[in-house]
Amino acid sequence: MGPVSTEKAKPEKLQHDSPQPTDEDAGVIFYNETVIEHFTNPRNVGEIEDADGFALVGDPSCGDQMKLWIKVEAGHIVDIKFKSFGCPGAIATSSMTTHLAMGMYLEDARALTDDDVVRALGGIPANKQHCSLLGINALLFAIKDYEQRSKNQP
Amino acid sequence: MKARELIYFDHNATTPLCTEARQAMLPFLDTAFGNPSSYHRLGRQARSDVEAGRRTIADIFGCRPTEVLFTSGGTEANNLALRGAASAMKDRGCHIITTAIEHHSVLKTCEALGRKGFNITFLPVDSKGVVDPQLVADAIRPDTILLSVMHANNETGAVQPVEEIGRIARQRGITFHSDAIQAFGKIAMGTVLDYADMVSVSAHKVYGPRGVGALLVRRGTSLSPIMTGGHHEHGLRPGTENMAAIAGFAAAAGQAVEKLAAEAARLAVLRDRFEEMLLQTIPNISINSCDAPRTPNTSSICFSGIESESVLLHLDLLGICASAGSACTTGDPEPSHVLRAMGLSSLQAQGAVRFSFGSTTTPEQIDSAAETLAGIVKKLRGVSSLCQN
Repeated sequence: MGPVSTEKAKPEKLQHDSPQPTDEDAGVIFYNETVIEHFTNPRNVGEIEDADGFALVGDPSCGDQMKLWIKVEAGHIVDIKFKSFGCPGAIATSSMTTHLAMGMYLEDARALTDDDVVRALGGIPANKQHCSLLGINALLFAIKDYEQRSKNQP
Repeated sequence: MKARELIYFDHNATTPLCTEARQAMLPFLDTAFGNPSSYHRLGRQARSDVEAGRRTIADIFGCRPTEVLFTSGGTEANNLALRGAASAMKDRGCHIITTAIEHHSVLKTCEALGRKGFNITFLPVDSKGVVDPQLVADAIRPDTILLSVMHANNETGAVQPVEEIGRIARQRGITFHSDAIQAFGKIAMGTVLDYADMVSVSAHKVYGPRGVGALLVRRGTSLSPIMTGGHHEHGLRPGTENMAAIAGFAAAAGQAVEKLAAEAARLAVLRDRFEEMLLQTIPNISINSCDAPRTPNTSSICFSGIESESVLLHLDLLGICASAGSACTTGDPEPSHVLRAMGLSSLQAQGAVRFSFGSTTTPEQIDSAAETLAGIVKKLRGVSSLCQN
């Protein structure tokens, strides 16, 4: 499966002559303790050589990229590993995504959303919301990849 | 990795207030509260104090006191220079030349002037981050009125050939402004108004207070005020003088110039030591503008395969303050315009961290930070999808 780009919501640039301050405009990044903990001690970092599903999402030149591997047994994720390039938000949300998905049945994992990741982290700064899509997209594409492979090799 | 005393490697963002500046400011926060425009004794004393500060700044730059305009800082000085000169000379032409690596207070101001009908040329820089004076000469048109080139870059420390550029501007009769905010106090600048018509400086980059700076304006330069109000600052910058800030600025500037030679030499040794340690312990790094003349305190380093904010947060958690590109762009997803102008890819620019040293920097801090950094980079590369284990 080829690289898949995540849709990144780009904040609209402020017009110089009519500044409309917003929370996102402050440029202040403040992560909570859970985010920092997942950033400094990310869970499930690494690669799975004989993975059943793999995804590569994001575009490093736009700020982040994630590789995700899953191992599936009896319909649930028995192992999950990731590697991410990106900001603390990207690394922490990648870590939390794998943490949530580990051990889940595929249909439950497929139902995970970026909101679930953000909630599990206790929130992330407004201008880092898009980071949470990285992990979720990677997870969905890895599951898709697994299903594609299963279909091809019954 | 353990907790430690704070290591502040962000002196290009701002500097701690020096004792001399603090002492000079205190009376104006207390009993010396007079308005220099008042007739009575408190006013006369304030007038005398503000003019003493102006003389100090004028002496430092070898110009006349009447050529020093106090502003609320570097950003206002740059705005006044560009908007004020453009406005004063708009009947003579509408072309302005600047560079792609200017601080946002120049870049955004030029862009705003562009929206008001001026034509702006943003000159490129070479891979070292330096502007070629020949390109400046080639860009001049019959309708060119204003040229703005910074003295030293805030992100890389690259020093620009402003004297040569100034000579070209003077030969061609074009007003030349130079943003010297990052150069002042770090490199010897001489009598700046010999080659530039306007020069911006700021107090808080030289251990003075925030909220004060100056625009040096050579006598005879066409300049209009950009705010309306009283006749302060020779009618070019209305508003009651910020006495404490001006006194602090003068004291800090005096100190900076007095210590410049010794401090520049000391910081260059520390900077070189820092870079050498990193080169020895961390693979795949590059030092931006390392082949250019640089301010002695600035080290801009690209760590391949990892993202700068992640480095910054790890450093911060361990008590080390550094910066990605320039502090003003923190939270902005666009990577450094300076490094991009030097030809670095978006990916390379995303891995750039700036360390800027200063009066608080010690050899022990250099060694400790370099060691810590090696561990952080190794850890992040272990997580990175762009790095092989």
